[in-house]
Amino acid sequence: MPHTKRRRLVTTAVAVSLGATALTACGAGDDGKAESGPVSLTYWTWTPGMDKVVDLWNQGPGKKARITVTVKKQASGDTLITKILTAHKAKKAPDLVQAEYQALPTLVSNDALADISDQVGDVEGKFAEGVWQQTTLGTDAVYAVPQDIGPMMFYYREDLFRRYGLKVPTTWEQFAETARLLKKKAPDKDLTTFSANDSGLFAGLAQQAGAKWWATSGDRWKVGIDDDATRKVAAFWGGLVKEGVIDNQPMYTPSWNKALDTGRQIAWVSAVWAPGTLTTAAPDTKGKWAMAPLPQWSAEQDVTGSWGGSSTAVTTDSAHKEAAAEFAAWLNTDHEALNALAKEGGIYPASTSAQLSGAFSDPPAYFANQPDFYTKAADIAKTTAPSAWGPDVNVAYTSFKDAFGAAAKNKSDFAAALKKMQDDTVADMKKQGFGVAR
Amino acid sequence: MSTLAVREAAPAAGTTPGTTQGPGWRRRIALVPTLTLLLGAVYTLLPVAWVVIASTKSGHELFSTFTFLPGTGFTGNLRDLDAYRDGVYWTWMGNSALYAGIGALLSTAVSAFSGYALATYRFKGRETMFNVLLAGVLMPPVILAIPQYLLLAEAGLTDSYLSVLMPQILSPYGVYLARIYAAAAVPDDVVEAGRMDGASEWRIFTRIALPMMVPGMVTVFLFQFVAIWNNFLLPFIMLSDDEKFPLTLGLYTLLEQGSNTPALYTLVITGAFLAVLPLIVLFLVVQRFWSLDLLSGAVKS
Repeated sequence: MPHTKRRRLVTTAVAVSLGATALTACGAGDDGKAESGPVSLTYWTWTPGMDKVVDLWNQGPGKKARITVTVKKQASGDTLITKILTAHKAKKAPDLVQAEYQALPTLVSNDALADISDQVGDVEGKFAEGVWQQTTLGTDAVYAVPQDIGPMMFYYREDLFRRYGLKVPTTWEQFAETARLLKKKAPDKDLTTFSANDSGLFAGLAQQAGAKWWATSGDRWKVGIDDDATRKVAAFWGGLVKEGVIDNQPMYTPSWNKALDTGRQIAWVSAVWAPGTLTTAAPDTKGKWAMAPLPQWSAEQDVTGSWGGSSTAVTTDSAHKEAAAEFAAWLNTDHEALNALAKEGGIYPASTSAQLSGAFSDPPAYFANQPDFYTKAADIAKTTAPSAWGPDVNVAYTSFKDAFGAAAKNKSDFAAALKKMQDDTVADMKKQGFGVAR
Repeated sequence: MSTLAVREAAPAAGTTPGTTQGPGWRRRIALVPTLTLLLGAVYTLLPVAWVVIASTKSGHELFSTFTFLPGTGFTGNLRDLDAYRDGVYWTWMGNSALYAGIGALLSTAVSAFSGYALATYRFKGRETMFNVLLAGVLMPPVILAIPQYLLLAEAGLTDSYLSVLMPQILSPYGVYLARIYAAAAVPDDVVEAGRMDGASEWRIFTRIALPMMVPGMVTVFLFQFVAIWNNFLLPFIMLSDDEKFPLTLGLYTLLEQGSNTPALYTLVITGAFLAVLPLIVLFLVVQRFWSLDLLSGAVKS
């Protein structure tokens, strides 16, 4: 026992400051002798219906292990990260938190997440390698268990593609041609829009192109936002916007909804969760859409990016880390749990075996016309490129929204916007005291 | 030209007799402020109108029909909102009422005591104290939320009703307003007269000064009520249990449900509409206290 404890201490010390780690180790020591009495855990999550899924645990395996979990429903987004970190400062963070993959480095660098590799290491095989790697941050530690993923896909109006004689693009070059062709045939319509109000989309596209926005070399970070792959993506979309063959209006606005619903925009680069969004955004076009793999940068490639997705993590403030890790593993690998998560919360599971089971045998109601929707989705999910997140993704994302939002609106240089995004991110990391290699 | 004449003639009918109307130029000057005020009214009322109309639209109609065309889904929206997680919305509404009601009452009481004391008594450090308070007025409550959280975490009070109530009881602005109002509304002569008649300080305050301060205190109460009702950051930082959430926070969780769940726009809009109603009712009910100037003219100079 003391041996494993020391090993854990060493691994966490890589990522975090020493003083805080000593505290963590003490905390772990208090409940070192496994869980004897009943344990009660709190869990911050934004997934709708999570309370019902947790009830399954509390009445099933949790009852046997005498571990009760209480859900405290939160709002998702960067604000939740701030809230977790504030609570952590007071040593009052809940036992379990839901966190998006890109937020994990921020939480880990603030020493908010516990290494649970001893408890959940054996579930690694249930997840795709690119997904699991996001929870280890390239170390021996494991900071979370993957819950849901958002592999990116290409959605298009099947009927309108047929009407205008368009072929589903398989490469980005064809995608650009399709946009031009549509503009010629129907000048009032756009293939899609370049929107700068959700940075996850651009991050996913860059990831597909092979970008590595953050990497570590030695004890320093390397920021590669302005790398060749991302530059290629930025130039591609900037070119289409400048040419005027795609729209430059942001997504998720009433007018965007209207454009989708009335067929003024006939395609959308999105992710596996798009059916949910389309159901509310474009209710009148139900059954007229189809899903295809994302266009590729070269014909022989088969790779996609991810947009969205989250994990379940155990905090360093938890007095019952082992019990919490046990629950996190159950929630994201147990068959019954994942089925309930899909049904109640509408999530697309990260666990590969769950992607074709139970809840996913039928296509989403909005895509009733595409019976093999989830089979296709599972195939696409397998091709997800690895992603690399850093400790200030939120800053990069904000900078993206500002710089690219302005560039898209003015149809100006996307390369300059990308440079600004890189500079802002590096400047913030330096300000936070991270070593940044040039 | 004729329409202009009609427009000028119409308001003239209601003008006070005795003021001779020049043929036009005085009227035309009044046009500018009137237009400005109308513009201001439109500017402030338009979003309210939007919320009212949007709350009548079903999810299907919300983004597809003309913005200011009322929809047909109001009862459906109400039913959905009521059904959402077994009516947790009403819990949030109750919480908001509790935080704002009790918070504003206590805050008004504290403001009345300290405002009266600062206005009536002369003691050492009075001005310093008042200046510190003034600095507090300039300090946005937003930047205090996190320090307050850390303090209350030390005391083990986070995620409780108290954690949201307590920081809002002392309102520097309320004390400031109460002092200004007490200084203007409670003449020293009246306090002096009370002392001559042998009344205790407590009695002078509760029986003589307080009634004179009512209109000012009503203002403090309303300000504080609205501020707490609309407060977001403090409860956001303090609370994690959504059964204790006020409306602002509850509606926010409906909007931010993660990327794979669309925001529940219709519920949020209907919820926001219902959340405004108690404020409107409160203003209509309490408004009459403003004109109630109980003892104005108690002292004749």
